[in-house]
Amino acid sequence: MTTPPRSRRPLRALLLRKLGPALAGLALAAGLAPTIPAAAAEINVYSYREPSLIEPLIDAFRKQTGIDITVVYAKDGLIERIAAEDRLSPADVLLTNEFGLLIEAKRAGITQPVESEALWADIPAGLRDPENHWFGLTRRARIVYASKARVAEEAITYEDLADPKWKGRICVRSGQHTYNIALIASMIAHHGREATKTWLTAVRDNLARRPAGGDRDQVKAIYAGECDIALGNTYYMGAMLTNTKEPEQKVWADSVKLLFPNADERGTHVNISGAALLKFAPHRDEAIRLLEFLASPEAQSIYASVNNEYPIDDANPPSEPVASWGTLKPDPLPLAEIADHRKEASELVDEVGFDEGPGS
Amino acid sequence: MGTCRDVLPRTGPVPGGRLRSAGPSGRIGSHGPRRPPTPSRLLAGLRRWRARRRISPGWTIATALILLVILFPLASILVIALGPAGGVWRHLATTILPATVGRTLILLGGVGVVTLVIGTATAWLVALYRFPGRDLVGWLLLVPLAMPTYIIAYCYMDLLDAAGPIQTFVRWLLGFETRRQYWVPELRSIGGAVFVLSAVLYPYVYMSARASFMQQSVGTLEVARTLGRSALATFFEIALPLARPALAAGLALVLMECLNDIGATEYLGVRTLTVTAYQTWLQRSSLAGAAQIASVMLLFVLVLFWLEHQTRRGGTHENARRIRTVPERDLTGWRGHGALAVCLMPFLIGFVLPMTVLASTALRHLGDALGGAFLEAAVSSLVLALAAAFVTALVALVVAYARRVAPNGLTRPAVALAGVGYALPGTVLAIGLLVPLAAFDNRLDLLMSSRLGISTGLLLSGSVFAVILAYAIRFAAVAVGAIDSGLRRISPSLDAAARTLGESAVTTFRRLHFPLLKPTIGVALVLVFVDTMKELPATLLLRPFGLQTLATRVYELAALERFEEAALSALLIVLVGLVPVILVDRAVIRRRQTPVAPQ
Repeated sequence: MTTPPRSRRPLRALLLRKLGPALAGLALAAGLAPTIPAAAAEINVYSYREPSLIEPLIDAFRKQTGIDITVVYAKDGLIERIAAEDRLSPADVLLTNEFGLLIEAKRAGITQPVESEALWADIPAGLRDPENHWFGLTRRARIVYASKARVAEEAITYEDLADPKWKGRICVRSGQHTYNIALIASMIAHHGREATKTWLTAVRDNLARRPAGGDRDQVKAIYAGECDIALGNTYYMGAMLTNTKEPEQKVWADSVKLLFPNADERGTHVNISGAALLKFAPHRDEAIRLLEFLASPEAQSIYASVNNEYPIDDANPPSEPVASWGTLKPDPLPLAEIADHRKEASELVDEVGFDEGPGS
Repeated sequence: MGTCRDVLPRTGPVPGGRLRSAGPSGRIGSHGPRRPPTPSRLLAGLRRWRARRRISPGWTIATALILLVILFPLASILVIALGPAGGVWRHLATTILPATVGRTLILLGGVGVVTLVIGTATAWLVALYRFPGRDLVGWLLLVPLAMPTYIIAYCYMDLLDAAGPIQTFVRWLLGFETRRQYWVPELRSIGGAVFVLSAVLYPYVYMSARASFMQQSVGTLEVARTLGRSALATFFEIALPLARPALAAGLALVLMECLNDIGATEYLGVRTLTVTAYQTWLQRSSLAGAAQIASVMLLFVLVLFWLEHQTRRGGTHENARRIRTVPERDLTGWRGHGALAVCLMPFLIGFVLPMTVLASTALRHLGDALGGAFLEAAVSSLVLALAAAFVTALVALVVAYARRVAPNGLTRPAVALAGVGYALPGTVLAIGLLVPLAAFDNRLDLLMSSRLGISTGLLLSGSVFAVILAYAIRFAAVAVGAIDSGLRRISPSLDAAARTLGESAVTTFRRLHFPLLKPTIGVALVLVFVDTMKELPATLLLRPFGLQTLATRVYELAALERFEEAALSALLIVLVGLVPVILVDRAVIRRRQTPVAPQ
C-alpha cells in the first residue's frame, strides 16, 4: 500500500480547512456588494411579471428619461419580502400580473398613495384603488378556448360550463390559480356562495382530466383531442399565434377559436395587471414618473403589441390579432368586490375537490 | 474543518507520556499499534478517555450553537403559525388536510418502495459481480442524481403528453383522432409523480447501499457461501441486514426530498402537503396557515427520523478493516448482459431520455439562451454551491463528531435534530429566515445610524449570507447523515486504542478519524453541492437584489411556459451536477482498489 509522504498531509488538510471559510467569505463579499445603496437615477422594481415583458417598456422609459431600472422577478413571495425588508427595502415599485396581489400589498401596508393627475386621466376609476395605492395597467379577459373541429357553439356563458353536454370535454389549469380564483370570486359576487358551489361542482364533473399545467397547456390539450373547451386568458392566444420560435404553438392555437363568455349579457370577466408605489421607496419621484409612463399611451401601445393585452383604457387600441377577435365587453363588477370573495373562492375550490378532477 | 480543530478540546499529553509516532507512516488507522495493547491498558485508556470527555464542554457548546441556528427558522415558523390565521385552520383541518396527508403518504410509500428496490438491486449487482460494462454502469447509475425533479418532470411531460411526439405518433399509426379514443396512463397523477421522482431519487439509496456492500466484511459473506447459503440467501440473510443502516439513511434522504418537492409535484397536479402549504400562503395570503401545514409536515419528518433511528439500532459497528477486496463473481453470457441491461434501465429513464428532450430543445434555442446573463447565472450558482457545501460539511462534521467524543443528552439527539431543516419546504424556510433576519437588520441599522451615523442596510437578509445560511440549514441533514454513518463504521475501540497510545483528542481526529472519514466527507460535500445547485424556492426568495442563479433562471422561464428558452440553463445545471458525481465515484473506486485497512 502506498502512503503519500507525510509532509503532504498537513498541507492538504490545511487547504481543505482554509478553503471552506475562504470561499464563504468570498461569496459573502460578492453578495454584499449589491446591497450598497444605488445611485440616484435608478429605480428598483420588484416584479411578479416576467422580465422579457417588462424589458421593452424599460428600454423605452430609459430612452425617454435616462433613468435606469433594475428588475427583480419572482413568481411568489415578493410582498412578503418587501414587508420583511421594511424601511430598508430597496424596492420602489411593485408590478403584479393580477389585481389580487395589489390588494394584498395594500393590506400588508407596504404601499403608499400617489396623487397624480396623469394617472387619474389615463386609468379608468374602476381599475385603480379608490385611495390611490395601486393602479391597473393592462386588462385581460378570461375566455373560453374551443376546438374549431368539435365545438359548434359560437357563444357561451360561464354558467354554461356546468351544462352536462360538456361532460368529459373541459380542460382547465389548477382551480387555485389566481386567474381562476378571480373568476370564481366574480361568480360568487354575482350568484352567491351556494349557487357558485353547485356550479363549480358541475364544472368539476365536466372536466376531461385533473386540472394541471398552464393556459397554453390547455390549448395544447384541445389540439391533441384531450378535451374540447378550456378556460384561458386572451393574451396567451396572441402569444401563441405570433410565436415564431416555437411554430408548433401556432399549430395548436390554430386548432381553437375564442369565445367571449357572457358577451351578450353582463360581459366577460376581466382581470388586470398593475403597479403600486412602495411605502419606503428610496426613489419616490422617479418611481412616480415610471408609473405615469406605464399608463401613458406610448407604454400602453407597447403593452398591447408585445404582450397582446388590452390597454387599460379603451382610448388606446389593442393589437392587430386582439382587435380581430371583436370588441371586448367587460363585466362591470368592480374589482374591489371580486377581491372580497377571493378567500371564499379558494375555499370552495378545496371543498368541491376541484383540483382532484372529475368524479372526486 | 478548520473550526473543528479549534473546537476540539486542547488536551495536554495523556498521563503516562505521549508515544511519538516514529513509524514510517503516522497513520494510526493504517498501522498496528507500536506497543501491543494489553486489555488492562486498553481499559485504563478507555476510562481516561471517558473522564476527559466529561470535562470537555467545547463540543457540546458548539453543537448547541449549531442547533440553535438550525432550529431558528423552525421556531420562527412556529411563532408565525401561532399568529392569527384568519380562521383558516378549521378549513384546513376539515377539507384539505385529510386528503392531502393521504396523498402525501401514498407518494412517499410509492417512491420509497421503488427507489429501495432499484437502488439495492443495482448496488448489489455492481458491488459483487463482474459483468461487461460493470465499472461504467456503476458510475452511470449515479448520474440521474444530477437531474432536478422539476426538470425531469417537464421533460417527461413534453415527451409523454397527449400532444407530445409519442402519443401523436401512436394516434397517427392507429388512426385515432382524439386522445379520448384510447387509454394510456396519465402522467399527471400520483403514479406519474412516483415515476418521475423515483427516476432521479433512487441514486441516494444506490450510493449508500453500494458503499455499504463494498465495505462489508468479505469474511462474513464468504463464510455464508461456504456454509452452503445461495447467493440470494446470502444477500437477504447477511448482506441486506448488515446494510440496513445505510439503506435507511439513503431512503430517509429520498423521502425527505420527496416530501419537500414542489417543482415536480405541482407541475404534475399532485397536491401534497408542500404544495398545499405553498398555496395556502399564496392564495389565502395566510402565512400562519402555511406555517401550520408546515408543522404537520414536521410531524412526518419526526416520524421518518424515528423510523430511521429504529432501523439503525442494532446495526453493528463495522470496522473499516478488510481482509481483501470484495470477491467479485463473474457473470458471463446472457446473465452478464442481463445484469448490464438491468443496471442501464434506471440510467436511461432517469437521465438519457430527459436529456435527449433537453438537449434537442436547447440546440433549437441556442441563440437566445447563450449570453452574458446565462454566464453570470452559471458563476453565481457555482460559487454559492461551493460555499454552501463547505459550510454545511463543516457543520455536519462538528455535530456528528460531537456525539462521538462527547456523547450526552444534547449531542446525541443533535444528530437527528440537525436534519430538521430538510423538512421545511424551501419557501417556508426562506420565510422563517427572512422575517427575523430582516427585522434584525432594521434594528441594527437604526442603532448604527443613530449612534455612529453608519447605515448598515440589509446586512444579513440582503446578502448571500441569508442564502448560504438557508442552504446550510436545509442540507445539514444530507451531510450529517453521510458523516455520521461514516463515523459509525469506525469502531470506538480504535479511539480508545489511539488515546491509550497517547494521541490527544486533536491528533486522534487528525490522524485517525479524518483520514478514515475523508471519503464520507467527500460524499457529504458532493451531495450538498448538487442539492444546492438544484435548490429553487429558498434561492428565489432569499437571493440578494438582482442575483440570478441557473435554477432561478430556469424557473422563471419555465413559469412563463417558456421552458424551451431555459433548456440550456437546465442542461448546465445537470452537467455541473455531473462533475461531483464523477468525483464521488472515483473516490469510491479508489477505495475499492486501495483499502483503508492494512493488508
